[in-house]
Amino acid sequence: MFLKLVPRAEHSRKMAYLSPLLAGVLTLITGGIFFYLQGHDPLFALKTMLYTPISDTYGLAELCVKTAPILLCAIGLAIVFKAQVWNIGAEGQLLIGGLTASALAVNIIEVEAAWALPAVMLAGIAGGALWALLAAWLKTHFNANEILTTIMFNYIALNLLIFSVHGPLKDPDGYNFPESAMFGDASLLPVLVEDTRVHAGILFALLAVVVIWVLLARSFIGFQIKVLGLDASAARLAGFKDKKLVWIAMLISGGLAGLAGAGEVAGPLGQLVPQISPGYGYAAIIVAFLGRLHPIGILFASLLMALIYMGGEMAQIELNMPLAITGLFQGMLLFYLLACDVLIGYKIKFPWSGMDTVTSRVEQQ
Amino acid sequence: MDIDLITNILYAMIRTGTPLLIVALGEMVCEKSGVLNLGQEGMMLMGAVAGFIATWLTGNLFFGFLMAIVAGVVMSQLFAMIALGLNANQVATGLALTIFGGGLSAFIGSSFVGKPIEGLEVIAIPFLSDIPVIGKMLFAQDLVVYLSFVLFGVIFWFFRSSRTGLIVKAVGENPHAANAIGLPVMRTRYLAVGFGGAMAGLAGGYLSLAYTPLWAENMTAGRGWIALALVVFASWRTERILLGAYLFGLASILHLVAQGLGFAVSPNLLAMLPYIATVLVLVMMSRNQGRSKMYAPISLGKPFHAGA
Repeated sequence: MFLKLVPRAEHSRKMAYLSPLLAGVLTLITGGIFFYLQGHDPLFALKTMLYTPISDTYGLAELCVKTAPILLCAIGLAIVFKAQVWNIGAEGQLLIGGLTASALAVNIIEVEAAWALPAVMLAGIAGGALWALLAAWLKTHFNANEILTTIMFNYIALNLLIFSVHGPLKDPDGYNFPESAMFGDASLLPVLVEDTRVHAGILFALLAVVVIWVLLARSFIGFQIKVLGLDASAARLAGFKDKKLVWIAMLISGGLAGLAGAGEVAGPLGQLVPQISPGYGYAAIIVAFLGRLHPIGILFASLLMALIYMGGEMAQIELNMPLAITGLFQGMLLFYLLACDVLIGYKIKFPWSGMDTVTSRVEQQ
Repeated sequence: MDIDLITNILYAMIRTGTPLLIVALGEMVCEKSGVLNLGQEGMMLMGAVAGFIATWLTGNLFFGFLMAIVAGVVMSQLFAMIALGLNANQVATGLALTIFGGGLSAFIGSSFVGKPIEGLEVIAIPFLSDIPVIGKMLFAQDLVVYLSFVLFGVIFWFFRSSRTGLIVKAVGENPHAANAIGLPVMRTRYLAVGFGGAMAGLAGGYLSLAYTPLWAENMTAGRGWIALALVVFASWRTERILLGAYLFGLASILHLVAQGLGFAVSPNLLAMLPYIATVLVLVMMSRNQGRSKMYAPISLGKPFHAGA
């Protein structure tokens, strides 16, 4: 290769923060070139995707609606990823959360008491958490690779969901559509701003950001989880119960994803449908990395990811592009991020700059 | 159960197991060299869409398969550039490849959804295909199935008896020692990743050109991930990959068996079986940590630095 990587003496904090920005800029440039090749004015196309969707109050409200589930999933992933547990199953945990929340909600349509909504939310949290714990159990007791099990659980969850809307949870008065009955009013999340779809789910998500931040930065559990992720044998040597920590991390992560699912069915949807999520759980993986596994970083990255979802829809309407452009931008962003992250641990030495050689050699030693 | 049903189930088992066999063989070669590429699903999808579009435009299936393989290789080299060239985390890069491949394939394939093509034909070998029960399963398949038999044989021989196979294994077990005796560690890894990409592309092409000759978003439905589990199931042994792929093929067509036997089970529930089987297999194979570690290439997933 014509570029040489020279290891840094220690990881660069500056680059850790700069890398997501750099990745964003590279994604924009590549996206622009891509639009140009498709015969669009690149600047206009990028503006249509990334500015037009949020140029009015309704758009901003929709941004909050879409941010809520992504943020909830991603903030949970921050914890498991810190523990070096690769939970790729936020999508499945979200779907199961939506499913269990709906299973309760359609049975209490008539109930008008105030406990209905908290019960539905708790059902979602419990569903997501149990779904994640299944993978945690298989990991800690049977040593089964959690990447593969959680992915499999995603597919199983999706099939369970489809089975449910075609079977036990199908609305008996629904003209045979694969949908559940509409939830009762007492089970629906309250709308925060009139004439929009912004519901209380975004408040849950913001609360989760604060709680997880405190947990990671200030609590002993958070400390243990971080140590486990940095050096598992050190954690064991210190007497931390590593299996318990994996369980706790997965419990929180799955619970938050389950809450995201419950928030979708009891929020903007109001019923269980086959398409609860356009891949929010997968997008959350990108968000978690992009946000550097830090709650504040993840907050901003979630807003960006929600915007990319809206931008994809806008590009479909305005530019006649396939909706899949969302996935394309997501994938590009993650690729560029991983490539830019190299700068955290390495310096790039260009073939035409020979003078660094001595200093970098010294650093290497 | 009558003999026709058994014959057809065995036939479908091979057909369904073939894409799994091809991807899993490719990924095994890649992992033997010490590289874990979780992007199988993304490479397969790109293979499927590239093969389909090429065939739809030219009407030539051979060209379609060629483009499927090329797409898989290109995707695999994207992974190699970042994971090997830039030493990025292999797990994260593989995930990125799957997400990117999913998005890109859906994007470029969006105007080809639902378009028909003439799929790959079955070539029945005279006489042999008339053998009862196993004749149809082994000798009345399409060319890619026959090719997968050959590929299996070649890879089996490659790791058992060839010098190059030994080099690949050495690079995956101990790259530093391999480097010290002058073996080209990085080149071997790039090539192994590329071979994995070619196989994933071919398997993707098989799905969109032969198995179900059409293109649909995410049509691989987790087969790339199942193949990754298959490699674990097989303890990185070629003959076990063959066994595993066909067992999973069988699990995926159990709805046919159930129908044949007259059971009424929801198709959505039966559709979960391959995924549940994958989880069970992983649990069974990984339960004994010492044993599963014994078979895995020691340096699997670890970046390599010549200088370090």
